[in-house]
Amino acid sequence: MMLARVETNTATRTVLEVRDLTVAYGKVEALTKANLVVGEGQIVTVIGPNGAGKTTMLSAIMGLLGSKGEVSFDGSVEGVPSVERMVTRGMNLVPEKRELFGEMSVEDNLLLGAFQRYRGGKRDHRETMEEVFGLFPRLKERRRQLAGTLSGGERQMLAVGRALMARPRLLMLDEPSLGLAPLIVREIFRIIAELRRRGVSILLVEQNARAALQVADYAYVLETGSVAMEGPARTLADDPRVIETYLGLGGKHQDMLAT
Amino acid sequence: MNLQIAMLLGQDGMTNGAIYALLALSILLVFTVTRVLFIPQGEFVAFGALTMATLQAGHAPALVWLLALLAVIATIADLLAGRRDTGRYRFGTGQALRLGYPFVLIGLIQVLPLESLPMALQAALTLALVVPLGPLCYRLFYQPIANAPVLILLIVSVALHVAMVGVGLLIFGPEGARTQPFGEGGLELGPITLNAQTLWVLTASLALIVALYLFFERTLYGKALRATAVNRVGARLMGISPVFAGKASFFLAALIGALSGILIAPITTIYFDSGFIISLKGFVGSIIGGLASYPVAALGALLVGLIEAFSAFFASTYKEVIVFTLIIPFLLWRSLTSRHVEEEE
Repeated sequence: MMLARVETNTATRTVLEVRDLTVAYGKVEALTKANLVVGEGQIVTVIGPNGAGKTTMLSAIMGLLGSKGEVSFDGSVEGVPSVERMVTRGMNLVPEKRELFGEMSVEDNLLLGAFQRYRGGKRDHRETMEEVFGLFPRLKERRRQLAGTLSGGERQMLAVGRALMARPRLLMLDEPSLGLAPLIVREIFRIIAELRRRGVSILLVEQNARAALQVADYAYVLETGSVAMEGPARTLADDPRVIETYLGLGGKHQDMLAT
Repeated sequence: MNLQIAMLLGQDGMTNGAIYALLALSILLVFTVTRVLFIPQGEFVAFGALTMATLQAGHAPALVWLLALLAVIATIADLLAGRRDTGRYRFGTGQALRLGYPFVLIGLIQVLPLESLPMALQAALTLALVVPLGPLCYRLFYQPIANAPVLILLIVSVALHVAMVGVGLLIFGPEGARTQPFGEGGLELGPITLNAQTLWVLTASLALIVALYLFFERTLYGKALRATAVNRVGARLMGISPVFAGKASFFLAALIGALSGILIAPITTIYFDSGFIISLKGFVGSIIGGLASYPVAALGALLVGLIEAFSAFFASTYKEVIVFTLIIPFLLWRSLTSRHVEEEE
C-alpha cells in the first residue's frame, strides 16, 4: 500500500472541490472519502488501474450516481448534484462510452451540446460550432454524416466537441484515449492542452498514465477506491513507485507519442 | 362489389387509417422517448371526443375537476420531492401556473356560452381541457418510476388505462356521443364524392404529421426529444432532463389523442370505453413499424384502416379478428429479419 503524500493542490482559484466523496454500489464501497481539487485553468488528472473507481468518481461528481460527501463547484456546494443542474452551471462530462447520438448527424450532435445554453436563452451556438470546427476540422468535413458511422477517433472528437458546445468551465474527460490508435491519442492530448490555453479547466481520468502526467499540472493516483498519492504531475512522473507501477521502464517511443 | 363501393370503402378506410396513423406515431414517440407503452392513449381519444360533445350540448365538462384534482396532487408531490432532495419546500412560477390553470378554466367554462361558441373555439377549449392531463399523468404515475424496467412501466400503463376508463364512465356517463360535422357537402372527384369530414380528417392528419416532422427535424427541442430516444445517458449529459423529455412526449401524445378524438367524433359514436380499441389499431400500426420507424408505422396504420374497412364489407363479424391477426405475420417477419445489434462497448 502506498503512503499518501502530505501535499495538496495549491491552485489560486478552485473550480471544483470534492470532499469526502463516497459512492457505494449496495454494500460495496467503490469510492471511499475521496478528496480532490481542480484549480482554474488547470489540467488535473486521476490515474489508476482498472476498477480503482475513476469512472465512478466522475459519475458521482456529475450527479449520474448517488453519493455521499460534498461537491463544491465554482464556489457553491451541491448536496445532491443533479446532472441537468451541473450542466447548466458549466460542468460537462465526456463519458468513457462517448454516448453519442448515433442515428443523428454530426451537426445535430454538436447542436444538442448547446441545448442547455439554448434553453437558458443564450443563442450563440452558431459561433460556438465554428470554434469547435476550428479545433476539429474533421468534424466539419463530416458534419452531415451520422455519428454512428464515424471512426473511433472521430467519435472521440465529436464527444469532446459536443461537450465544448456547452462552453463549459470544467470539462471532465473519462479515458479519452481508450481504444484509439497512438497517433490519434497524441492528437487528442494536443487538443486537451489547447483547451487549457483557452481557459477551460480539465479533470482528466486516464489509464494512459504517461500521456496524462505529461499534459497535466496536478495528479491523483486512485487505488481501490481511495486516493493513494497526489502531487504535481511532474513530481509524480519522477516518483519511483509511480514509474514502477504505471509507467514502466524504457518507453521512449511512448514518450514521443505522448508529446 | 363495384367500383363505387370500393371507393366508399377506401374512403372510409383512409379516414380511419389516418386517425390510426396519428395514434401509431404518438405511441411510437412515447415508447422511444420514455420506454412507456402508452396504453391509455385511447382514453385521450375518448376524452377528446366526449368533451367536445359535452361542450356542444352546452354542459360544463366535469373533466375540468379531474384536471384540478391532478394538478393539486402533482403540486403536493412536487413540494414533497423538493423537501426530500433539498430540505426545503420550493414553489416556483411553474408550479403556480400549473396549479392556477385548471381554476382559470373552471371560471372560463362558467362564463362562456359553450353551446353557441364557434366550433374552432369549442375544439380549442377541448384541447385546453384534455391535453394537460398528459404531462400530469407523466408527473404522477411515470416520473417516480422512470428508471423501472419496461415491464413495470407496462403494468402501470395497464392500470392507468383501467382507471381512466372508470373515470371516463364517471365523468361522461354510459351514453355514447356524436358531435356535429365540421362541414356540409363534399367534393366531387369524377365518379366519387369525398365527404367533407373525410377531407377534414385527412387534411388535419397530414398537417399534424408534417408539423411533427418539422418539429423533430428542425427545432432544437424536437431534436432533444429524439436524442433522448437515441441515447438516454447522452441526452442527460447534455442537460436534457428525462423529466422534460417525458412531459414533452406525454404532452404531444395527449394532444394527438385529443385531436384524433375531435376528428373522429362526427364519424362514429364514441363511448367512454371506445378509445381503447381505436388506439389498439394504432398500436398494430406501430408494431408494423417495429416500434422504431415512424414512416412505416404511419403506413402500417393506414393499411390497418383500409383492411378494416374492406373486411367490414366482406366479413363484418370477423372485422376485428382480421385486423388484429394482421399483427402475427408482421411479428414473424420482424423477428426473422431483424438481428439483435450488440451495444457499442
